[in-house]
Amino acid sequence: MTMLTLKVNGRELTRDVEPSTLLVQFIRETLQLTGTHVGCDTAQCGACTVHLDGRAVKSCNMLAAQAAGHELTTIEGLAQADGTLHPMQAAFNECHGLQCGFCTPGMVMSAVDLVKHHDCSSERAIRDGLDGNFCRCTGYQNIVKAVAQGAAAMKSSA
Amino acid sequence: MNAPTETRGFIGKSVKRREDARFLTGTGRYTDDITLPGQTYGFFLRSPYAHAALKKVDTKAAEAAPGVLSVFTGEHFKAVGGLPCGWLINSIDGTPMKEPKHPILADGKVRYVGDRVALVVAETLQQAKDAALLIDVDYDELPAVVDVAEALNAKGQVHAESADNRCYQWQIGDAAGVEEALKTAAHVTTLSFRNNRLIPNAIEPRAANAAYDRAGDSYTLYVANQNPHVERLLMCAFVLGIPEHKMRVVAPDVGGGFGSKIFLYGEETALVWASKQLNRPIKWTAERSESFLSDAHGRDHATTAQLALDKDGTFLALKVDTTANLGAYLSTFSSCVPTILYATLLAGQYRTPKISCTVNAMFTNTAPVDAYRGAGRPEATYVVERMVETAARELKMDPGEIRRKNFIHEFPYATPVGLTYDIGDYDSTLDKAEKLADVKGFEARRQASEAKGLKRGIGYSAYIEACGIAPSSVAGALGARAGLFEAGEVRVHPTGKVTIFTGSHSHGQGHETTFAQVVADRLGIALEDVEIEHGDTGKILFGMGTYGSRSLAVGGTAIVKALDKVVAKGKKIAAHLLEAADTDIEFEGGQFKVAGTDKAIPFAQVALTAYVPHNFPHDKLEPGLNENAFYDPSNFTYPAGTYICEVEVDPATGVTHIDRFTACDDFGNVVNPMIVEGQVHGGLAQGIGQALLEHGVYDKETGQLLTGSYMDYAMPRADDLPHFTVETVKGTPCTHNPLGVKGCGEAGAIGSPPALINAICHAIGVKDMPMPASPFAVWQAIKSNR
Repeated sequence: MTMLTLKVNGRELTRDVEPSTLLVQFIRETLQLTGTHVGCDTAQCGACTVHLDGRAVKSCNMLAAQAAGHELTTIEGLAQADGTLHPMQAAFNECHGLQCGFCTPGMVMSAVDLVKHHDCSSERAIRDGLDGNFCRCTGYQNIVKAVAQGAAAMKSSA
Repeated sequence: MNAPTETRGFIGKSVKRREDARFLTGTGRYTDDITLPGQTYGFFLRSPYAHAALKKVDTKAAEAAPGVLSVFTGEHFKAVGGLPCGWLINSIDGTPMKEPKHPILADGKVRYVGDRVALVVAETLQQAKDAALLIDVDYDELPAVVDVAEALNAKGQVHAESADNRCYQWQIGDAAGVEEALKTAAHVTTLSFRNNRLIPNAIEPRAANAAYDRAGDSYTLYVANQNPHVERLLMCAFVLGIPEHKMRVVAPDVGGGFGSKIFLYGEETALVWASKQLNRPIKWTAERSESFLSDAHGRDHATTAQLALDKDGTFLALKVDTTANLGAYLSTFSSCVPTILYATLLAGQYRTPKISCTVNAMFTNTAPVDAYRGAGRPEATYVVERMVETAARELKMDPGEIRRKNFIHEFPYATPVGLTYDIGDYDSTLDKAEKLADVKGFEARRQASEAKGLKRGIGYSAYIEACGIAPSSVAGALGARAGLFEAGEVRVHPTGKVTIFTGSHSHGQGHETTFAQVVADRLGIALEDVEIEHGDTGKILFGMGTYGSRSLAVGGTAIVKALDKVVAKGKKIAAHLLEAADTDIEFEGGQFKVAGTDKAIPFAQVALTAYVPHNFPHDKLEPGLNENAFYDPSNFTYPAGTYICEVEVDPATGVTHIDRFTACDDFGNVVNPMIVEGQVHGGLAQGIGQALLEHGVYDKETGQLLTGSYMDYAMPRADDLPHFTVETVKGTPCTHNPLGVKGCGEAGAIGSPPALINAICHAIGVKDMPMPASPFAVWQAIKSNR
């Protein structure tokens, strides 16, 4: 077992894990944060996307041990403590950017990263930026709309 | 008591979804999120061969491995029946379809790559997976039947019951009349095509968690499923012999279905049975590679069709000959997909007087094929709309004009293939689509593309579908072994708040919002005062579930019928309270009123009186306000519309760029336009995915699935799709349900593939184009046409 200390959604914690534990297993099974989902086994679908030190990573694609000493944010940690939704979460609701909800946590985490660190100045740029996340329900149109609206809201509240 | 702030006019409003809050904050609860006390984990060992005899399955070493509780094989399930098929199809000669056993775990033979060989149960998933590697299986490989078009004469034989691999040969329509018309017609258009095999790929993989309670001799099954009552009925009554009252099936939040989660699968059935043997809960969640191998696939038809026309483009007859792939076993509704749900739609929106269709349904050594978004209706629409457009091009007619000329204008209309359309207005959606797509400006855009060395084309598709599945009497006469009604219950609480229990199941459709809009509107109460419960046989009285765009048309109507009963009883209570005759009470805007007076009491007061019956006329009325209703529709509903696609093809690379895609639909009345539009978007993505990207491919010799991961199966991504123009016309309300709704879930997937393929054919001037129209396929077509 490996001792692992990291910050999760703002709180520091320490857990023992098998060295082979994937970060997504650590999140879902050890921490019981089941909002992060697993939709594939080839790092293609993006349902497991979380933030590590503020950058989007696919948590199926790294070991939990690699997160030691870092700051992890999952979908459960995105809204404010009082329950106020992050502007991107609110935009997904406003724009009907989700249907079954399974890809949604990963999609929202990717979208926040897209706005913070990449180009989201056009529909084309947003579509390109969402390339790492599958949605099978929405046809992406309302997700693209939500990301644009969420981006505007994030900029105006920043 | 405070008056509700907004209690009227919810129907027709784009109310934001109530279910979003939990999905957006990671607090949705999907099957894999549920871990039970004493949880164990199951792993299925699957066949690496498409067809083989199992000479030996030795599990001793696996059973001795760390953490392993037990290993189950086909031997354990010999006494248990196979999985049932819910629809009997008879062949032309009157003989019933061949129904070979669909075993829960392989029974002496494996018949597709991914067929279940053994179930390992261990304390952890890793232990189960490690132990599975220790199972010693001796496979004796047999010739595999892979391509459906060659199955009839293949070397291999999938089942002993069928020497030619045929499950049935079915026919509908006036075959002799069609032949006669083909002989004498001024023009006959002939085309052969494949409707490509699709793999559903809901982003939540299939999952189940089965628990047995020894004290009560009862079971709870959590399962990613679209119809928990059907799952329970099939598993209890037709397979495991468990009394239904001893089985609770919960389908919690479900991450997309698209048909693939309708069916009763062997995995959850094995888990339930094994949970009793071990007296421990067992969880299994498919890995994506298992989803590819073992979820029921969709489509996979080989078809030849002929359309006879007179010289001015009037349709005279349509002949269709289809070979349909059923895969290795009959999945739950597989047999009705290429027959009842397919050939009955071959009239499309047209007055074609004579139609005949023959279907040969084949067993192959591939994953079972069953309903996938649209189920038979996309295949039918593809036939009709490819034929119509090709005929128009051959006759040098405008694709809009040939359709207008042949549209049905008088309703009800009995088609020559068994359906009666209650209502429609096909001109309105075609006209609107042409305007929105700016068809008039096409020629100028074509010239502009040409100047850049690009080829521009336009393609139409005027689809119809039969939804609101289904009138049980019709379905029964056609071979259904189940009723297809829906159930709903309205529980009014003493405070006037309402919980609705519906047999429909939401796995993305937004019922918690749409159904609440209907209820709040009808009862004149606030939306917040309505809660929608679904997906639990322990709570819901009964249900047939969600598929075939049926939820609002059938499930919603069951709720409306129950609401009517609540109002009827409320009137009696109000009459008592207001000292008036029952017949003088009217219900409007959440108030029970004495007609012609200003005497009124609100709904909530009537509810309270029902539960606090201190001064109740017990000789006339029972306390309480709780009603349920079952609704069996009298006909299908018939959503219809026109889709127009415009593409630009680069002849140097074969790459197709969708310049614009316009969808104009008539869904009858619309409860929530935002949700309806979202459903169309999703359907379009799957239809465009089918036409441009997706293809489930097996190696023709070995039967190995070549597209078994997201590295190989081209799922549409955000940057593969255009911005859609979607409009729902005011339309023609359905004539036989009280909401006037028709259903919208499948339209996009049904209508879009032919529009796109027609556009590509037009752009590059070819008659034939396979799906998916990959750059290579398009490039080849351009070259070969030179």
